[in-house]
Amino acid sequence: MRIVVDLNRCQGYAQCVYLAHEVFRLTGTEALTYEPNPDDARRLEVERAAAACPVRAIMIDRLDGAERGAAS
Amino acid sequence: MAEETPWQQALRYTNRANPYPFYAELRKTPVARQPDGTYVVSTYREIVTLLHDPRVSSDVRKLPSRAAAAVEPGAEPITEAVIELEPNIITCDPPEHDHDRRMMTRHFFGPADAPHQISDLEPDIRRIVAGLLDGMRGKTRIDVVDEYAYPLPVTLICKVLGVPLEDEPRFHAWIETALDALDFGPEAASEEMRSRLAGARRSVKELAQFMAGLLGQYAERPGPGMLSAMVHDGGPDGRMSEGVLASNAVLLLFAGHETTVNLIAHSVLTLLRHPEALEELRRRPDLIVPAVEELLRFESSVQFWHTRSAVEDIDIAGTTIPAGAPIFLVYGSANRDPQRFADPDRLDLERPDNQHLGFSQGIHFCFGAPLARLEVQVAVEEFVRRVENPRLVADPPPYRHNQIFRGPRHVLVDIDGIRD
Amino acid sequence: MTLAATLAELVSDFRANGRIVIVGASLAGLRGAEALREEGFSGSLTIIGDEPYEPYDRPPLSKQVLKGWVPAEHTLLPRFREVDAQWRLGVAATGLDRVARQVRLADGEQVPYHRLLIATGTRARPWPNPAEAALEGVFALRSRDDAARLQRALAARPSRVLVIGGGFIGSEVASVCRELDIPVTLTERGPAPLVGALGGVIGEIAAQMQRDHGVDLRCGVSVASLEGDAAGHVRRARLSDGTTVEVDVVLAALGSIRNVEWLQGSGLAAGPWGVGCDAGGRAFDINGVVTDSVYVAGDVARMPHVLYEYQFLAMEHWDNAVFGAEVAAHNMVNLEPHYRPHLSLPGFWSGQFGVNIKSVGVPPFGDEIVFTQGSVKDRSFAAAYGRRGRIVAAVTFDHGKWLEYYARLIEQSAPFPPPPPGWDRPDVMEPVPAEFPAPGVPTAIPDVVLTGHDPNERRAEFRPRGH
Repeated sequence: MRIVVDLNRCQGYAQCVYLAHEVFRLTGTEALTYEPNPDDARRLEVERAAAACPVRAIMIDRLDGAERGAAS
Repeated sequence: MAEETPWQQALRYTNRANPYPFYAELRKTPVARQPDGTYVVSTYREIVTLLHDPRVSSDVRKLPSRAAAAVEPGAEPITEAVIELEPNIITCDPPEHDHDRRMMTRHFFGPADAPHQISDLEPDIRRIVAGLLDGMRGKTRIDVVDEYAYPLPVTLICKVLGVPLEDEPRFHAWIETALDALDFGPEAASEEMRSRLAGARRSVKELAQFMAGLLGQYAERPGPGMLSAMVHDGGPDGRMSEGVLASNAVLLLFAGHETTVNLIAHSVLTLLRHPEALEELRRRPDLIVPAVEELLRFESSVQFWHTRSAVEDIDIAGTTIPAGAPIFLVYGSANRDPQRFADPDRLDLERPDNQHLGFSQGIHFCFGAPLARLEVQVAVEEFVRRVENPRLVADPPPYRHNQIFRGPRHVLVDIDGIRD
Repeated sequence: MTLAATLAELVSDFRANGRIVIVGASLAGLRGAEALREEGFSGSLTIIGDEPYEPYDRPPLSKQVLKGWVPAEHTLLPRFREVDAQWRLGVAATGLDRVARQVRLADGEQVPYHRLLIATGTRARPWPNPAEAALEGVFALRSRDDAARLQRALAARPSRVLVIGGGFIGSEVASVCRELDIPVTLTERGPAPLVGALGGVIGEIAAQMQRDHGVDLRCGVSVASLEGDAAGHVRRARLSDGTTVEVDVVLAALGSIRNVEWLQGSGLAAGPWGVGCDAGGRAFDINGVVTDSVYVAGDVARMPHVLYEYQFLAMEHWDNAVFGAEVAAHNMVNLEPHYRPHLSLPGFWSGQFGVNIKSVGVPPFGDEIVFTQGSVKDRSFAAAYGRRGRIVAAVTFDHGKWLEYYARLIEQSAPFPPPPPGWDRPDVMEPVPAEFPAPGVPTAIPDVVLTGHDPNERRAEFRPRGH
């Protein structure tokens, strides 16, 4: 699956890290990094993390499995 | 006697089950000065603004002599009792706040590079929930509060903190007594509320002593859980003073379950009032994650918070909150603000852009939110899946007295059985 | 039929049957395409990108990708809706004919358009000496392929990495090197890292942070030359102070060049500064007259901002690409008075050395700075930038939850210095000079001259400087 975090919005609440620490990580107390294309098996964790973000900075692909139309 | 303000009306016990019409009235003045000098903020935008304003203090010690001010008389003694404790992370400002919270975070969630302790609790949560539902087999009537919403979070927080579960009856009584005495409304001055106060003060003290005793035991002999680990923390942030540690331990124990009890109870109550939503959730269990967010918005477990004050004059929404004035932020109203949430009184399990304030925002964002979310997600999901034909016995159900930690005292439900 | 009705019909006809081409298949191009569909555009949509990949996200490249945690190909951007576009990936646009309304591609194809969105972004400024740049072990960092190559080089545990340039990319890469326990030297021509973006006062804090993490930081120094071994692998750098550094990986982090070459001869106001446009994303032609059919978004756009004395700003920030593309897309399928402006406050972040650096506003627009919250010693603070008595920007180190307070002050043109916080006050709260370097004189900017004598026939013309 694909996700992106709007790190302008992110204020370092780290809720995503506590709910899906294989996907989201903090360096120090506030700097967030993450796996932008996590394994599908982590979907529930990632959805929980996205829903828990106090500033709704985590965005999940809405075309899961659908035709993206991009030749690659 | 002057006519009561919408805020005072919202606080009346008779309106506990449905304060929302009064909040709607209150929002017509987003920042409303009350007769006692408190500024009550009820709109989403203004609350978010103040949550990020460094001229707002959360430190109760900075509240200008609450006792002397014309603050509702009923609230004084218990507030004083709380002030006698050292400040905890909700009632202090940076840099102490940042330091203490950082240290607590490490012990609650686990090491910074793999903070897995809370997510690891999911199997425990599922086991406890399954046990509680199994225990309802053969019954035709259950109390969702006493038999479901309460036992789950209290069991978990005791495990996480390392508080012996056999002490639950004692601390439960202390907490109930204190909660029932706290009142910010016109009824604070009533004979009944005044009579509750002495007991409440004693309860707060006993709870603090209990916690200090437990911490003392752990200091001598380390044990399981977060409290013992904090007592022995020699980490980068150093050790917390005994008083601060005890105060935060009280906070964690209390806030670590009371709010979740109310959230689970309100969630079940709300779904039983919205059969189409209940049915939708039964059909699509994957909706549980957004559904719980909507339930957090719809019936917020912390309706408002009362320890903030302005350190400087603050201009907001056409009003100046003068330096020294107490500020109440009414999350329960912000979460029903039509300027922020379309059709806010409608329950929409798939509500888009649901950036509610159920756990607040800013540096005091609810410490235990990830645990609360997991507990409520599992509890509601399993209730919906396993309880056959649940029907509310009384609507509205009886409510607890407390205005901040608002929730039903009992939710009686008739059921046809428990599925596997 | 009334004029209003005619115009409304024009708009709905264009939305149904129009032909839109987006040049640039990165963040701005993708979000622009999605926004066009969201706005109800159901006509033909073509997206052209010179890289062979679907749109991917760049910020992770200099952080989790380099660190080796996330593979470079794991940066594909999520999609928020179907765009139903013809994708022409792996083929660059090489020319624009505004009279014929066609984009020319590298493979010779001409793609016709009614409306065009330019989102070609920037590329890394290469090391200026081509022979030295070609040495094995010399890298730039902008694309996914760049990141994959540099990551492999770091994974091979080089004896020392040289980072040339102490901007955000250079500093983030130095940070990753230290996290991987790889020795790293960073050279910065200015007095400190990050001075261009955040000024010398903050730069000094960044410098100390780098040194504390073991970066061999050399400020006020440039790299004179790179030397390779017999096999053509870089081995040594000679610095302007006469010293040499033995290295086997070099990253040239010299900033960016805007991708405008393909617009040469198009008659647009395009040059090293980017593509000039109005705040609605409508491109200016070379005379400074707004066009009706060409729009710009993302890093390559340069537009006026009301909060900054209407100065033309190019903002190479992530959210500028998102919002700018959404605004341009909206305006592409609407007419006056339904145009929307791109007025969001600029903002950026950078994670380095375990600290989250965030900013709002335009720091270099300020000439003074004041610390407002927290502790510089703990590298956990907020500071505000001011100009002529009003707040124009703010920066935080691990104080991100407070940033929106400053954003609100900036939006309101609030006084500088801002009111003091109620607690956690810094030791010193006096404004001091922010110490931004004097704007350099770009050397490659072409002359723009006026031609013609009759006022009605006067036109601008580029005279590129020889190089």
